[in-house]
Amino acid sequence: MPFFDAIRLALRTIRTQKLKSAFTLLGVCIGVMFLISVVSIVEGMGRYMEEDLIGKLIAVNTFELRHRPNINMGDMDEATWEEYRKRPRLDVTDVAPATATLPADARWYLYSEDMTTATSSTSGKPRQVRALAVQGDYFNVKKMAVTRGRLLTEQELDRGEKVVVIGPDAADRLFPGLDPIGRDLKMGGVPYRVVGLGESQGKALGMSFDNFVIASFRSPARRLLNSRPNIVDAVVVQSPSATAMTENMELVRAAMRAQRKLRPAQKDNFSLQTADSALEFWNKIKGYLVLAGVALPAIGLVVGAIVIMNIMLVAVAERTREIGIRKALGAKRRDILLQFLIEASTLGTLGSAIGVALGVGLAQLIAAVSPLPASVAPWSIVVGVALGAGVGIISGVYPASRASRLDPILALRQE
Amino acid sequence: MSTPDIGLSTTAERAVVTTTQGAAPSKDWVIVTRQLTRQYDMGGEIVRALRGVDLAIRRNEYVAIMGPSGSGKSTLMNLIGCLDTPNAGEYWLSGQLVSEMSDDQLARVRNREIGFVFQTFNLLPRASALQNVELPLVYAGVSADERKKRATEALERVQLGERMHHRPNELSGGQRQRVAIARALVNRPSILLADEPTGNLDSTTSEEIMRVFEELAQQGQTVVMVTHEPDIAAHARRVVVLRDGVIASDETREQFIERVGLTHAAH
Repeated sequence: MPFFDAIRLALRTIRTQKLKSAFTLLGVCIGVMFLISVVSIVEGMGRYMEEDLIGKLIAVNTFELRHRPNINMGDMDEATWEEYRKRPRLDVTDVAPATATLPADARWYLYSEDMTTATSSTSGKPRQVRALAVQGDYFNVKKMAVTRGRLLTEQELDRGEKVVVIGPDAADRLFPGLDPIGRDLKMGGVPYRVVGLGESQGKALGMSFDNFVIASFRSPARRLLNSRPNIVDAVVVQSPSATAMTENMELVRAAMRAQRKLRPAQKDNFSLQTADSALEFWNKIKGYLVLAGVALPAIGLVVGAIVIMNIMLVAVAERTREIGIRKALGAKRRDILLQFLIEASTLGTLGSAIGVALGVGLAQLIAAVSPLPASVAPWSIVVGVALGAGVGIISGVYPASRASRLDPILALRQE
Repeated sequence: MSTPDIGLSTTAERAVVTTTQGAAPSKDWVIVTRQLTRQYDMGGEIVRALRGVDLAIRRNEYVAIMGPSGSGKSTLMNLIGCLDTPNAGEYWLSGQLVSEMSDDQLARVRNREIGFVFQTFNLLPRASALQNVELPLVYAGVSADERKKRATEALERVQLGERMHHRPNELSGGQRQRVAIARALVNRPSILLADEPTGNLDSTTSEEIMRVFEELAQQGQTVVMVTHEPDIAAHARRVVVLRDGVIASDETREQFIERVGLTHAAH
């Protein structure tokens, strides 16, 4: 029987048994649906993490010197926790030695940050803002620009002048509907003049980064951010290239070890954090997510294969007479084999096609109602459909073989 | 009225053909069996269904094979129809030695040379009449357009041109059998092989189907009909009676009717 006719026959048979066909392809459909949606979500999250989330928190070729890592999305063991808690905080006096050995093309800044309350004459009650006290090349490294007014100057940062650059959300809270430039806000009872309105820094996982107030580290603002005024949360160093970054990390490490008077056998009592190390945890979970993303569909597909095989066996038994008729009319063994094999793989392919459609829909639904992003990977669609066809073929082999071996005389006697 | 065009072989001619072992008979002879033997192993006991059958049927003959149940007529039919192979003996179909063929070769022969008509019609229930008639052509590898054309012609030949797209359950018993006949003829086979073709039909419809067979025989088709009813057998030009796995008699229609004493034989 010509191949094309066999496919048409398969489609016709499937169409005339809609309900049974629907049940048959359910397993494959669900398996592929899971494959598509999990892969979409994992890919979407991965891209998001790497580009948007982490990328926003840690700029390219940048590392942070901290007393302990702050982007840590995993569980740590007790021992590590204890060790982190015992570490000394970074102090302003650490900064000069740590940065002294850096080459001229490396840019750095230091900062401390915390949530604190700010008020203004137009804010009504005191509002929560994220305050940063910075010194050094902050605005350059962060590539921050203003939509109104100006950035803080180097002199203002050095002299600790009480001027600030605020973000759009902070402006909305403190000066609703007004131009914030030139107005005053108070933090910790001390007034600061707003000289610039920073541009939006975007969002991540539904949280906005725009509720900031940036002041000089040498201004009184820093007292609000840590238990002791000289504590520095982090020193951020940006290098011109990835190799330069690695070299500079080692320079800072050596300087800090000397500063802290650590012996060679002792571990660092500070952390050097890069985007990679922050991503390390994500990569670990990603591994597990991908595993789940393979295991779930695999289960679905195995179930689907068993279902297809069983229903095909039933179909062969029910259609014994039909097989006998076809053989009597001249169908060879391989004609019957092909007929049922194509029927099974058509069911598998149909199932996976529907599964793809459902998976895409599911992924988009999840992206719409939750902060999770989803991007459908084209390769997963191809793999899904191919898997469906493959599962159909494999599970159809045994029933098709049984069918092809029926004795036409006996088959014709069946009811 | 019987017409002289329908060929009839003589006993002498048949004896010659069936006794020359090993040599292919001339193309004139559609069916030649020599000492055809078939036995089955039924749980330890050997059942000899056919015990050396010599049968010769020439082109354009209209033969009925009769016999009570257990006579071996079903077994003979299966062998003639290439659904089965004998344990011993030769079966020559249109000059080909079929008794030694493989499964695939037999399938091909069935497709090209045999047109089956069954008692229970055996149509595919979920396909239209046209699709049913096309089926042998599908397995012959004929293109879709050509198939449709030939199947339509075959259905028109049995006066079912207007019901081509109906499913079998929308057709009467007689119409279904006519579809089956159209299907049997669509590939222009050497023989039309009918197994109790009127078994599931009432007497009026049975006569209708017998008329169709008569017409086909007149048009030159070789027809072999297996039946247990003498009435039906009497429609053929030659009646072969089987008993206990061997041929008990092989006579013309007239001889058969007289011997058996049928009083209401057709025409």
